[in-house]
Formats: sequence, structure tokens, C-alpha cells
Amino acid sequence: MHTVVRSATRTVTIGHDQPFCIIGERINPTGRKKFQDELRAGDLSSVEADVLSQVAGGATMLDINMGAPLVDEADMLAKSVILAQSLTDLPLCIDSSVVEALEAGLSVYQGKALVNSITAEDERMEQILPLVKRYGAAVVALPNDEEEIPDDPHARLELVRKIVTVATQEYGIAIEDIVIDPLAMPIGADSTLVFKTLETIRLIRDEFGLNMTLGASNVSFGMPDRHTIGSVFLPMAMTVGLTSAIMDCRTEQMVRAVRGGDLMLGNDEWGANWIAAHRARLAAGTA
Amino acid sequence: MTHDEILKALYDETMVGNAPAVLELTNQGLEDGLTPSQLLFDALIPSLEEVGARFERGDWFVPEMLIAGRAMAGALEVLRPLLAATGAESVGTFLMGTVKGDVHDIGKNLVNIMLEGAGFTVIDLGVQVPPEKFIAAIEEHKPDIVGMSAFLTTTMPMFKANINAIEKAGLRDKVIIMVGGAPVTQEYADVCGADGYAADAATAVRRAKDLLAAKRASASV
Repeated sequence: MHTVVRSATRTVTIGHDQPFCIIGERINPTGRKKFQDELRAGDLSSVEADVLSQVAGGATMLDINMGAPLVDEADMLAKSVILAQSLTDLPLCIDSSVVEALEAGLSVYQGKALVNSITAEDERMEQILPLVKRYGAAVVALPNDEEEIPDDPHARLELVRKIVTVATQEYGIAIEDIVIDPLAMPIGADSTLVFKTLETIRLIRDEFGLNMTLGASNVSFGMPDRHTIGSVFLPMAMTVGLTSAIMDCRTEQMVRAVRGGDLMLGNDEWGANWIAAHRARLAAGTA
Repeated sequence: MTHDEILKALYDETMVGNAPAVLELTNQGLEDGLTPSQLLFDALIPSLEEVGARFERGDWFVPEMLIAGRAMAGALEVLRPLLAATGAESVGTFLMGTVKGDVHDIGKNLVNIMLEGAGFTVIDLGVQVPPEKFIAAIEEHKPDIVGMSAFLTTTMPMFKANINAIEKAGLRDKVIIMVGGAPVTQEYADVCGADGYAADAATAVRRAKDLLAAKRASASV
């Protein structure tokens, strides 16, 4: 199954037979006090710097989230989308828990965006899926509902079934435009959580063949040497069916681990991308 | 073992999260005539405080905090009824919940563990806690502090809604209100009318103790 997203001039295809889709996570003010202060003052210079550093780091797409206390999220999201699209042709993932902000971002976006996100909650689907349909976007969906984030992979699979049924049958969303976030949990909080996420990924791939993305940095929360954890986790998740991640793409170790995963899984024929990346480093004097 | 040796061992084994040893040392301490308060205040609480300090400095990590907390929880199960029987005071009662519309609980649970480690009695209302449930629990448990957690920018406004409801119920003066969660900031805590905010579990415990001490000091004036 292929999920296709676009900017005005570039198309990205997410799929189990495609190179992994690296969505840069950095344009997000959570936990970044300076960035939050800038946004409150209407200053988008950090957005500009983060676009450029993530493009240089090897991102396939960029996530844009403007969720910070006391920030006009809709206004800032629209402005950041316009700014980002003036700096890069990578497609964007428009990320907010505020419906008005998603709409503001979508209304100025050129191309076919990825909307982040809905859940299996009826209200979220009711509010956001019509927007996704109207703007012809794709959407990230999280298998949690009003009650809980289920630990059990089969319970998560059932919520995926609900999302797929409602989105395709009630809102006319194409199934390939649904990208599931199987919910990455911190390994430091419970040593069994990541195994459950991996099992969830495998179940969703086998049952629906859907594309999946997740917040990879969650996995290493509260642990030392986070980059190594990320670069071990991602190829493991790719093996069971993860096709994208919202992740740190400014750390070379992580990006190289993912590209190594592509090579091992047969999504980099004859190692062409792997070799080209090596040559690029040689040429830049960084190999 | 002398009393000091037992307390020292209890302190050390709690810190490394050796739950069976902590339980055994607690029982041995009681048999040898140490009081529940001595075990709690001279070994368990200082041990968890040290864990919190190391975590805050970035020297220790989440799993280490969790297993130390779990080891202490085992000892508390033995000590709690004894402490209650001797009329020993808990440091304070902390009512905790993730706000309505939000199902995130990992951060909240970490804070709970560290609060218990500091000697607080923690009542956890779980996730998706609506204002009326906070109010009913305040009336029932008469906590010193109410803690609210939110993980989304869309659920953070529930802090203000809860605080308004608590005010309306005439309970605002009775409790200290603390807020936290990934997107929350000190500025936001101030704007929504909370008394305190902390960015991580160890800091939350320190803030809780400071706020409570300040409130008790002003009440005794």
C-alpha cells in the first residue's frame, strides 16, 4: 500500500517497499523555552533554522507543530507552513491537537499534506476527517480512545479497525491515506512496552497492510545514550512493518541506522542510496 | 546488625531498588525494635531523596527511579498500617489526576512514585478526571495538594476549568494546586491560576514540599 504526499513540486511515496520516510520532528516548541518565547513574539527564525538543518540531515518530510501555551497556534502554524514551503520542497506533516490550527495550516499548504493526528475517539474523527477529505490530505491516526491507550496489541488493532471503518465508510477517506501511529512508549518506564509496540506494528501490517509512523524519540525518554536506542529501535520496527517515523534527523547515527535498515530490507536496490550517501560524505570531507 | 547498620542497609538497598532486601530489612528492623517512623524518615525517605537528586542532576535514569520507588512501596505496605496506628503524620496528602480529555499517565505515575518516596500519601484518580471528580475527591480525602497532569495543548485548558470549579465549590483555599505535563510551562501555570509547576518528577516533589511548608508557616502565623 502506498501513501502519497506532495509539496508543490515534490512527491514522496510511503510504503513497505519504499525507503523509510524520515519525518523531521524538530519544529515543535514542546520543552523548548526559547522557541516558545520567540513564537509568542511572532518570531519564526528558529523555524527557518530547523527547516534547513533537517533538510541537510536527510529528512524526507518535516513535521510542523506550533503547540505551546499562550501561542496563537492557528496563526503560527499557517505562517510556519508558508515559511517552510518557501525554504524546502519536502512535503509537510501538519501537526496539532487543535482543529482550527490544522485547518489554518491546511488552508495555506501547497500540495497534499499529512495531518497529525486523529485518534479512535468519535469526536476527533468527526472534527478532523471532514477537513482531511476537503483538503485531500492523508492523516495519521492513533489507536487510543476516550478510555485509554491500550497496552494490549490486539486491543490497539481493534481500534485501528474502528478508525479504518469509520474513515473509509463514513468520511470517504481512501484507506491508503490513513497512516497509523502504533504508539511508541518509553522503554525506561516499562521494559515490556516496546515489545508491545513492535507486536502492534506487525499485527497492523499483517491485517491491513497500512503505512505506519511514530514518535521515535518517545522510546528513549529518560534513558542515557538516546541516539543509540533510537538507532536500534528503528531498524527493529522497520523489520516488522514500520514505514516512517517522526524522528531526530539531525543526528547522523539515527539517519544512517534507518538507511542501513532500507538496505537490509531490500528497499535500496544494489545499495545505490547507501553508496551515494557514502560518496556524498567523501566529497564533503566528512567520511 | 545494629540499628544503624539496618538503617544504612535499608537506605542502600532502597536506592538500588532491591525490593526483596528492602522488605526483609524493614521486617528485621521492626523485630529489632526500630520504630516505623525511624525506618521511614531515617532510611527510606532519605534514600528516595538521594535518588531524586541524582535524577535531577542527570546522573540517574527513569528505570532506576522506578525500581527504587517500587522497593520503597513494598516497605510502605508493611509500615503504613503501623504508622497509622501510632498516629504518625504523613508528610501530606496529594490528590493526583490526569485531566478530562487526556489519557496520558506515564509522567503522572513517575511523579506519584517520587511523592510516595518523599512520604506523601498519594491518592491517584487516574486519567480522564473531570472537574466534578476532583471536587468529590477533595471533599472526601481533604488533600493538602491537588496535582493535575495534561499532555496536550488541547487538554491544558482543563487546568483552568478545574480550578474554576474548585473555586466555585468553595474549596480553593483548602488546597494547593500544582500542574504539570510535557507542554506545560511556568508561565502557563501562572496564567491558569495554579500555585505551582515543575518540569520533572524530582522537582515536583521539592516544589510540593516547599509549597506545603510555606502554606503551613503562613497558617500558623
